[in-house]
Amino acid sequence: MLGKTAGGLFWMFRNLERSENTARLLEAGFRMALTRSSAAEDEWASVVSAAGSQKQYAECYDQYDAANVIDFLLRDRTNPASVISVVENARNNARVVRTALTREVWEATNECWITLKDLLSKPINERDLPDTLGTVRQQSSLVRGALHGTMLRNDIYDFARLGTFLERADNTSRILDVKYYVLLPSASFVGSSLDNVQWESILRSVSAQRAYRWLNPGDINPAWIADFLIRDKRLPRSLAFCYAKIVDNLNSLENDYGLHHPCHDHATETYRQLKDTSIDNIFDSGLHEFIIDFIRSNTQLGMQIEQDYRFYG
Amino acid sequence: MDDIKVFFDEMSGANETVREPYQVYRQWMDGENPTRLKKKTAESEAFFRRTGITFNVYGQDEAAERLIPFDVIPRIISEREWSRLSRGIEQRVRAINAFLHDLYHRQEIIRAGRIPAELIAQNDAFLPQMIGVSPPGNVYTHIVGTDIVRTGENEFFVLEDNARTPSGVSYMLENRETMLHMFPELFAKVKVQPVSDYPTNLRRSLGACAPKTCTGRPVVAVLTPGIHNSAYFEHSFLADQMGAELVEGHDLRVVDGRVAMRTTMGFEAIDVLYRRVDDEYLDPLNFNPSSMLGVPGIMDVYRAGGITIANAPGTGIADDKAIYSYIPEIVEFYTGEKAILKNVPTWRCAEADSLAYVLDHLSELVVKEVHGSGGYGMLVGPAASKRELATFASKLRAKPKNYIAQPTLSLSTVPILTKKGLAPRHVDLRPFVLVSPDKINITPGGLTRVALKEGSLVVNSSQGGGTKDTWVLEE
Repeated sequence: MLGKTAGGLFWMFRNLERSENTARLLEAGFRMALTRSSAAEDEWASVVSAAGSQKQYAECYDQYDAANVIDFLLRDRTNPASVISVVENARNNARVVRTALTREVWEATNECWITLKDLLSKPINERDLPDTLGTVRQQSSLVRGALHGTMLRNDIYDFARLGTFLERADNTSRILDVKYYVLLPSASFVGSSLDNVQWESILRSVSAQRAYRWLNPGDINPAWIADFLIRDKRLPRSLAFCYAKIVDNLNSLENDYGLHHPCHDHATETYRQLKDTSIDNIFDSGLHEFIIDFIRSNTQLGMQIEQDYRFYG
Repeated sequence: MDDIKVFFDEMSGANETVREPYQVYRQWMDGENPTRLKKKTAESEAFFRRTGITFNVYGQDEAAERLIPFDVIPRIISEREWSRLSRGIEQRVRAINAFLHDLYHRQEIIRAGRIPAELIAQNDAFLPQMIGVSPPGNVYTHIVGTDIVRTGENEFFVLEDNARTPSGVSYMLENRETMLHMFPELFAKVKVQPVSDYPTNLRRSLGACAPKTCTGRPVVAVLTPGIHNSAYFEHSFLADQMGAELVEGHDLRVVDGRVAMRTTMGFEAIDVLYRRVDDEYLDPLNFNPSSMLGVPGIMDVYRAGGITIANAPGTGIADDKAIYSYIPEIVEFYTGEKAILKNVPTWRCAEADSLAYVLDHLSELVVKEVHGSGGYGMLVGPAASKRELATFASKLRAKPKNYIAQPTLSLSTVPILTKKGLAPRHVDLRPFVLVSPDKINITPGGLTRVALKEGSLVVNSSQGGGTKDTWVLEE
């Protein structure tokens, strides 16, 4: 496979994953802003931070209000992380790697782009936001479904999945980075209704509120939430889950090509740490530090993969 | 243009009956509900858009990707008509390959005084770097798209030879797929020769031209300028259908005397490169030094026999519009036979007498740039205003060598489906030819382009043309 093709697949699926994550963040933020209108501005600010677009946003707007944030994260083409930008990137990636995709995957991606381009051509009214976000998530799911249903399980699939899970791990860790303080045992309003809302919002932004309830009926505990998002291998958006998948896909590339690279060691080591460090240890040595380290290491892994598989020459 | 021209309609012929090749189809169509046909047209558009069968129009940011309009009424050719056409095309393509070999070797045709030496020597499309180079199997034009127009029951003319990088074959294939998808019942009634084996034939044909250094299964790759090129869809489509890699210049590098592509496991040598990049951009070390689209040093590997480039660099000299008028002589010179297919009468403006004639009759003629393509930079005399004629005349006087002129042909028509029902529109035909050392393969039919505007003679997709599925009947 061409290095460029591997890179195209990797970024195509990073971009698609990101569109879905941004939609989920907006959904959680929107709900928070509705229920806590007094702190709405803070909520929108943390949505923008978790989307990794703080700097860009500050260059365009002074205030964090619903209309601006929604517009900026969904349909602003000057924002490289907006849904329309990443979907357009994903589709351009798909055009580059079209020879590696099944007809179903290509058409789902093209359809995703056509649908969202049309949907996001006009400003989104708050009233229409839930439907719009639903469509964004649905379109990205359709591509994933086509990938699952029709693609060979070979190196093409591995690079696509690596993109998905690297992006997802990045996203979950950024949510933790922005909201880590409400999970700290020392937070001042322990057990207050404010905390409950915050905790639920975190769970919601990784689509885990129901899963958490199934596992912990009636109880909501910040340390458990942190453990759930960082270490629980059953939760498809947890860091441990993402890294289990990343290690799997890298191993299958190693078997396929018969080549061992630095990225293999890097991923295995990160996965080992996630598995072996208890949540108490993480809190003891500092949740925030842990998250910052993770984000840095995750970014490095991405660059290592690019280099090891010759994405760019 | 007040005189009323009578055009040959391929469906109804001269006397408003239904011509033989269209009879079964017409019978079927008359039994169809017109609303259903119109609905099918809309369906086909959705199908093309979803599949991403689009082309890019340069200089139009807004509509960067457009669909080529597709008309659901097929253009139908009988087997008898086709066999004559294909014999004529094959003869022409053989002659063109022999001509190219001669031009880059002994230049017998010039010594024999059949074509003027300066026509070659002063032509940018002639590449001195190719002198003395013999590509594998002596094939220069691996892929040709011969443009043919019809003016009457038995009147066919070759309009252009397109020996460099003809495009459009993906539309031929997708048009058929679309028709099969929309009207399966029709194909049970009418026996149409299939076109779907084109990609397999292309792969085989390219593989057969692999250099001697290649011992196993030839590695074939398609070189594209990238996703912003107007024909990118076609490049990826062909690579996909052939099971070949789709590469850009920056994926390639010369490694150990071979052209190799950067893969996830290192560099892998390529045997045959089907390039959709013009000569000028192919190799910054040998041609345009600012090109980012090519591969530095590929020409040196090519000359040393380490890779096959299809089509060969320097083939453009054969489809140059100034050479075009000499093709009948070229056919005779190399095949010893008279050309089966006629040329359109052509005035070479480089010649003083012709220039004078052209200037006098500008309003009746089509004037083309010798190096132009895509319908850009041409004058359609009968459709031009006085001012346009005057401007063009001064361009002609300034650089007569840059132009040729031809009479406006009464192109045949085939009906298209409009809101008001069937309406005749002018068409041309581009059959696709594959050349390998042992065989010339022509896919039955080709791409029919149709001028959608009433009365228009310009069929180019960049200028409002559409396409039709083209059927060659099985008899």
